[in-house]
Amino acid sequence: MSYKAALRVWRGDDGQGELADYTVEVNDGEVVLDVLHRLQATQAGDLAIRWNCKAGKCGSCSMEINGRPGLACMTRMSTFEPAETLTITPLRTFPVIRDLVTDVSFNYAKAREIPSFTPDPSIGLGEFRMQQVDVQRSQEFRKCIECYLCQNTCHVIRDHPENEREFAGPRFLMRIAELEMHPADEADRREIAQDDFGLGLCNITKCCTEVCPENIKITDNALIPLKERVVGRKYDPLTWLGSKIGRRPQHDTPAVPARKA
Amino acid sequence: MAMTDIERLPYDVVVIGAGGSGLRAAIEARQAGKKTAIISKSLFGKAHTVMAEGGCAASMGNANPNDNWQVHFRDTMRGGKFLNNWRMAELHAKEAPDRVWELEAWGALFDRTKEGKISQRNFGGHEYPRLAHVGDRTGLEIIRTLQQRVVALQQQDAVEHGDPEAMIKVFAETTVTRLILDAGRIAGAFGYVRGTGQFLLFEAPAVVLATGGIGKSYKVTSNSWEYTGDGHALALLAGASLLNMEFVQLHPTGMIWPPSVKGILVTESVRGDGGVLRNSEGKRFMFNYVPDVFRAQYAETEDEADRWYTDPDHNRRPPELLPRDEVARSINSEVKAGRGTEHGGVFLDIASRRPADYILQRLPSMYHQFKELADVDITKEPMEIGPTCHYVMGGVEVDPDTQAASVPGLYAAGEVSGGMHGSNRLGGNSLSDLLVFGRRAGQAASEHVDSVSGARPAVGQAALDEAVTEALAPLERSGGENPYEVHAALQQLMTDQVGLIRNEGELQSALSELEKLRARVAQVSVEGGRAYNPGWHLAQDLRNMMLVSDCVAQSALERQESRGGHTREDYPEMSPTWRQVNLVCTVRGEDQVALARQPMIPMRGDLLGLFEVNELKKYLTEGELAGVSAGSAAAPEETR
Ligand SMILES: Cc1cc2nc3c(=O)[nH]c(=O)nc-3n(C[C@H](O)[C@H](O)[C@H](O)COP(=O)(O)OP(=O)(O)OC[C@H]3O[C@@H](n4cnc5c(N)ncnc54)[C@H](O)[C@@H]3O)c2cc1C
Ligand code: SF4
Ligand code: SF4
Ligand code: FES
Repeated sequence: MSYKAALRVWRGDDGQGELADYTVEVNDGEVVLDVLHRLQATQAGDLAIRWNCKAGKCGSCSMEINGRPGLACMTRMSTFEPAETLTITPLRTFPVIRDLVTDVSFNYAKAREIPSFTPDPSIGLGEFRMQQVDVQRSQEFRKCIECYLCQNTCHVIRDHPENEREFAGPRFLMRIAELEMHPADEADRREIAQDDFGLGLCNITKCCTEVCPENIKITDNALIPLKERVVGRKYDPLTWLGSKIGRRPQHDTPAVPARKA
Repeated sequence: MAMTDIERLPYDVVVIGAGGSGLRAAIEARQAGKKTAIISKSLFGKAHTVMAEGGCAASMGNANPNDNWQVHFRDTMRGGKFLNNWRMAELHAKEAPDRVWELEAWGALFDRTKEGKISQRNFGGHEYPRLAHVGDRTGLEIIRTLQQRVVALQQQDAVEHGDPEAMIKVFAETTVTRLILDAGRIAGAFGYVRGTGQFLLFEAPAVVLATGGIGKSYKVTSNSWEYTGDGHALALLAGASLLNMEFVQLHPTGMIWPPSVKGILVTESVRGDGGVLRNSEGKRFMFNYVPDVFRAQYAETEDEADRWYTDPDHNRRPPELLPRDEVARSINSEVKAGRGTEHGGVFLDIASRRPADYILQRLPSMYHQFKELADVDITKEPMEIGPTCHYVMGGVEVDPDTQAASVPGLYAAGEVSGGMHGSNRLGGNSLSDLLVFGRRAGQAASEHVDSVSGARPAVGQAALDEAVTEALAPLERSGGENPYEVHAALQQLMTDQVGLIRNEGELQSALSELEKLRARVAQVSVEGGRAYNPGWHLAQDLRNMMLVSDCVAQSALERQESRGGHTREDYPEMSPTWRQVNLVCTVRGEDQVALARQPMIPMRGDLLGLFEVNELKKYLTEGELAGVSAGSAAAPEETR
């Protein structure tokens, strides 16, 4: 079965643009990305879209569909009524480059400020020994496909660009949690999580968790436990030493300066 | 910005590609103290490597202590039907474990064994459980780890140089369209920033190609838009050669319905866990397709096949588990005989054979994939599947130890390079290939930089002007053809006539159709400007897909035998004399592909000695076999 869908797609570049109306054929079983590709191939050859895998694995095709942030390649057309007009807009939190493509460099900058994995340098190749139960927590966070839908949704920065400097967003607070829970990591990022990456600004609304296409329990499994650890570190460092006992440095590893200090 | 403004960027090593091989090469170059650029068409961390599922092969021996490099080497050569560059297969087997362990030291978290080591899983063609993995998202773990290693190096540079990008910088969403030479040596790479259309010139004496595969020349593929054979074409146009381009792997089980998901991979584990293939009459047809060479190992009745799952020692394997190329061909024959499904495939049925909770536990991501994308509950209904273009074994001809192409300063690693996998790649051997040869390419490129330190090649104005003119041409033409339509025509042609089953008539017809398409490509015009304009980007990629398709078709016509990823219905046998022949493509002028035969270098005696003579008889000529007994008498050089 095929039908013609009415689409309103945001066209334009940073600052200027408008919703353009199109009518595009839709076939059985298609996803939003297929319909955008048909639009591109037949009516709007220069329509800017990001995508790679078409299978929810690369996190490229994030956009807002009727105002809901999601992956275009995993949003099936059958979830909409054929008569419904679909409004497709770029992620709201990030500056638009063109059409549905946004500038997500904020995320790469934040990633670079978090002190990297820091193992005991004396462990040789092939000598790491870690139990499955101990790696499992961080493995959940490493399912992240960096679609930045959580970053786009979190209200701390969604309409507050002024918070971007002091708030890393759920994806990167989760990265800190991942490293903190990594059984072979020796650095301590609890204080900087709070002071430099804005963990305190998160008020556990769980909106990030709701949009995560990988179904990662960002708030429950990463952010709340990280908050608990920060409290432990600030008031009673002995309450949380876990597997890292004896190897913890006295002070936090400092955040990495983004540019010349 | 004036139309021809070009930003010049001096570097030591320029790596084109940010997948597993490119990142590993760049890390090596930066660790060798070289100022390194990483260029990628998509965002950092989204290259094709991210999609790999099953795992990364390395004979660490964690699951079975009998595993070692020799066993891995043997498996790889068998998988490639002995057409592999045996030196690459040797280096790969020897070095893969260290490369995997190194990832662990950079923060990767693989699944674990009970002893706390890296867990290893079984896969087709590997004698022992050998694939390091993280559930079914191994590629994501590998690319993220390498990405984070690049970041860690940048953090060191921030401290040391006050600028994280002082020594290693990622140019994301940037496409290279030309390599530039100076007196036959690499002098730089020219490209554009996708977001703005800004032209860039990377001035560097060493370039590593790590651009991946060619699947986008086919209609049904598991590959993304990036796989337009850019690195293959860049190498050809720079004067380097491509090796054995006729070998293209079609994975037997890709999704075929709905159209939106056509080509997306359905993992081999479905069959490993009990799934069977049926035609539209409900018959398990694979029993009719067991080739003579495999007859001894495969069951003849459904009862025997079904007993194998619980008692593999006393029963033979189900024929659904034949090698990928055999299964893909059988599916094709059923469909051609009119016993296909409504959408032109066959059924992969696990629902009628295993309880729902078992399927959910063993194949969670396949359940999810079919439920979300196809509305099919695989615990209740069969899946519709068909072959999908998956991987190219052919690629840039390189030196096995250094990954150097024939052009001084040019290196190639990963899927874009040729030789390692022979005529057919084993599952899991690509991820390890990326790490082993990415590192080697980065190392050799760094050494090359040192060797030219006095007199660096320079980019001449004429070459630069030509590159600019070429890039702008589709924007300046008007009223020409739509690039999307020309692309669709190419994909249809390659799928119909240079696909799974080939014959002389169709290949000849494909070559003349390609000639006609070339004229159409030359007339493509695009609307819009230079800022993030996918139509313009595709118009430029068409040149690359045309060159690569031409090489595949010509090589396929030339090779008169069937082997691995190349099946000729007019020459159905594997021929020992053809095994001694490599087919090498070069380009004359701008678009004339020239093909030459080149003798295969005989395998070293100690490596030959790893095989039983009886097995070698299946592959080698009488003449070669005569020399074998002498070779196998020699003690293996290394035993680690
Ligand atoms: C669905 C799927 C599952 C797979 N599963 C497995 C598995 O389990 N195990 C296994 O071993 N293998 C697997 N493979 C194969 C394996 O993933 C690939 O062969 C491998 O990742 C290729 O890596 P690469 O480094 O060569 O290139 P890629 O990771 O593809 O990277 C290519 C890079 O080059 C860049 N590039 C290309 N052209 C240009 C240009 N003109 N200018 C600038 N940049 C350019 C791209 O942007 C990209 O960054 C799978 C493949 C698929 C499709
Ligand atoms: S839980 Fe925290 S990080 Fe997540 S959306 Fe809410 S405030 Fe943002
Ligand atoms: S945590 Fe989830 S939503 Fe956020 S970037 Fe990762 S995958 Fe996307
Ligand atoms: S295209 Fe990769 S997640 Fe949608």
